[in-house]
Amino acid sequence: MNTAIALAGNPNAGKTTLFNELTGARQHVGNYPGVTVEKKQGTCISEAGTFEIIDLPGTYSLTAYSLEEVVARDYLVNEKPAMVVNIVDASNLERNLYLSVQFMEMGIPVCLALNMMDVAQKRGIEINTDKLSELLNIPVVPMVARTGKGKKELLAQVAKGIGKPASPLLISYGQDIDKALDEMEEIIQENQFLTDTYPARWVGLKYLENDNQILELGSTRDKETAGKLSGIEEKVSRHMSATLDTHPEGMIADQRYGFINSVLKQNVIRFAYDRNRLQRSDQIDKVLTNRFLGPLIMVGVLAALYQFTFAYSALPVEWIEGIFGWISGVTDAVLPDGLLKSMIVSGIIDGVGGVMGFVPLIMFMFLGISFIEDSGYLARMAFMLDRVFRMFGLHGSSVMAFIVSGGIAGGCAVPGVMAARTLKSPKERLATLLTVPFMNCGAKLPVYALLVAAFFPRKQASIMVILTLISWTGALLVAKLLRSTVIRGEATPFVMELPPYRFPTLKGLWIHTWERTWQYMKKAGTVILGISILIWAMMTFPGLDDKTAAQFESRRTAITGSVQADILKEIETADKDTELSPKAREVKKALAGINGEESMAGLENSIAGRMGKALEKISFLAGFDWRTNIALVGGFAAKEVVVSTLGTAYSLGDMDPENTDSLGEKLAKSPGWGPVTAFSLMIFTIFYAPCFVTVVCIARETGSWKWAAFSVGFNTTLAFLLSVLTYQVGSMIVQ
Amino acid sequence: MAVINLRQMKRNQTGIITSVKAQGEMGRRIRDMGIVPGKAVTIQGRAPLYDPVALRIMDFTLTLRNNEADYIQVEVE
Ligand SMILES: Nc1nc2c(ncn2[C@@H]2O[C@H](COP(=O)(O)OP(=O)(O)OP(=O)(O)O)[C@@H](O)[C@H]2O)c(=O)[nH]1
Ligand SMILES: [Mg+2]
Repeated sequence: MNTAIALAGNPNAGKTTLFNELTGARQHVGNYPGVTVEKKQGTCISEAGTFEIIDLPGTYSLTAYSLEEVVARDYLVNEKPAMVVNIVDASNLERNLYLSVQFMEMGIPVCLALNMMDVAQKRGIEINTDKLSELLNIPVVPMVARTGKGKKELLAQVAKGIGKPASPLLISYGQDIDKALDEMEEIIQENQFLTDTYPARWVGLKYLENDNQILELGSTRDKETAGKLSGIEEKVSRHMSATLDTHPEGMIADQRYGFINSVLKQNVIRFAYDRNRLQRSDQIDKVLTNRFLGPLIMVGVLAALYQFTFAYSALPVEWIEGIFGWISGVTDAVLPDGLLKSMIVSGIIDGVGGVMGFVPLIMFMFLGISFIEDSGYLARMAFMLDRVFRMFGLHGSSVMAFIVSGGIAGGCAVPGVMAARTLKSPKERLATLLTVPFMNCGAKLPVYALLVAAFFPRKQASIMVILTLISWTGALLVAKLLRSTVIRGEATPFVMELPPYRFPTLKGLWIHTWERTWQYMKKAGTVILGISILIWAMMTFPGLDDKTAAQFESRRTAITGSVQADILKEIETADKDTELSPKAREVKKALAGINGEESMAGLENSIAGRMGKALEKISFLAGFDWRTNIALVGGFAAKEVVVSTLGTAYSLGDMDPENTDSLGEKLAKSPGWGPVTAFSLMIFTIFYAPCFVTVVCIARETGSWKWAAFSVGFNTTLAFLLSVLTYQVGSMIVQ
Repeated sequence: MAVINLRQMKRNQTGIITSVKAQGEMGRRIRDMGIVPGKAVTIQGRAPLYDPVALRIMDFTLTLRNNEADYIQVEVE
């Protein structure tokens, strides 16, 4: 038996919350309209039965002009779920019912889940659910998805309703349209026009609404009938614009709202307080979106987020670094010298450890972003920034994509590129998804954190603010450039709902934070582990040729041969804490120096080393030496790899094997490194090619590898020019 | 009583929508959100750069750009 239940409703009505409640899954919830863009599936096992639950993206309507609407509608039409559970925000009933009416017009069995009853109650909205159910002739279940209240009743109703056929809701759209619909219905029935999938009258309605998807489908199936229907549509349209100064599409919408209004008026809804009374949310908005205070507060919120993240994550980051340092030390002592040890210590532990070390930082950042998102503040940021975004050819809703990608540092361009789906215009969407990789994603953070700590100590928060500003400025300017050259075109409307402020639930915040952190950790354990080993191999092989190796060996024997045996013995037997005699210390140092030189020569001769050296011929302009080049090439696979590779490069080529300095300290002491180099590297990291996964994602979302290749080539060129500029100008100022 | 453009409405002013002239995608988007003749709207505020505008309609808050508001005629006191 078909037990597929689709959860559908307006954006932000609580579909995902209910989905999680029903299936026990942990999907993303957010107080931002349009968080779920793809449909998700889960199973609900309950007393009432076992159901397949599908969480559809939120839509306001069932026309076919945005991707989410197409996804939702196609699902309903093609997969034919046994029932649609239409989640309706009880505190905003009238608007939410607009979609319900459209489900009912399609003749799909619907059950109304009247969600957010707690909010409605607080606002003094009383709803007579029995009456509503009677008037609409569908089951209506009041509930609070957040607490799970009403869940049982809902499932009971669903179980009861499954298998019962539903007939399409017939409402009057006014004389002219009704007449045209009658005429169309007859023609459609006669020719069996699309009737295998859609109800006849509904097809007529879509022709009157000029629904692109149906029009296209119609004309490919049966050109003649399609022509007849379009003819009728044109006739009514002409008639209506002459007599009523309107058009069918507008009329149909008006009449749907008219129908809803007539239902609600029959004692279904009662407002205990004045309906237009300022809600608490509106009062908060008076301050938070105030002309003068609003922008100031926005900057303050971001600054506080950085402060919070860096202040609270410093200690745990230190612990984790300590743990990995300890593991590294133990491994070093236990394993015999050789390739295996080198791979484990330099490849795996330094590589993965470097990435894992930033888990607390990432986690705190995600926690902060989740709070901003879940509370509803993010939508206000879109509202306040729309004017600015529009200047650059983007859209206020691009904010979401930018923030998710790391607009307030910490995030990921992959979901960011996907979040651009909520944009309606293909051009604004393209411009958005090509520029979001400039944001400071969670993988770039370790690079900054490392360099800032080493070269700009005690200025972490302010450097982060500067880097954020740079990445935003760059992204916006590039967007403007693209929008006025390769992707020119009109702006789309900014019709957006401002959701009420909600206090985020702990569960929601936790799911949100954990989900993103876990993704980061998983990446460290899989992709980055693999790449670390690969890069270690590239940095190790082919190693030194025999002649050079023999030279180092003979230099060592020259030293050991020239000193007395008891001194050598002293060095050999001494453990870490014993004080060596001055002579022994001198010998030991000389030997270590030769060892260091040898490993450095080995690294330079390796595959990666040669690549880095080759690139050095141009990268020196930006202040990057060959070791940095290796790291940056590795960073194309995943940005985290930049830090891990630097770690490997500097530990492999270490002059002093006893050196236990952290990578940051090592860099700070290295010649050729200074604040200017560090800054230049950070600039390069902001702008250069998106990581591999993002590139694939861009190709998928734009439907062409051309744009993916463009983002790699264009971004890398831009990054290089900018970092050369930074380095050259910076070096002049510093000196 | 006068019919004016939504763009010209002041903060906290309330009016009844008389017509929505937009067609095509824009028209649909506006209407889907309940901007249809007969509904009351109240201007709730404007973004720091005066655009977009936030308005209260039915039981929720909606934002529109000024050039979109131009399509909407409102009857005010
Ligand atoms: N007070 C209250 N809040 C709720 C209730 N149900 C959901 N919410 C909150 O409403 C917000 C939106 O919930 P989601 O489940 O993400 O909504 P959605 O319908 O999946 O939204 P999209 O994916 O954007 O379409 C979240 O902040 C939830 O915590 C409820 O019954 N009462
Ligand atoms: Mg959702």
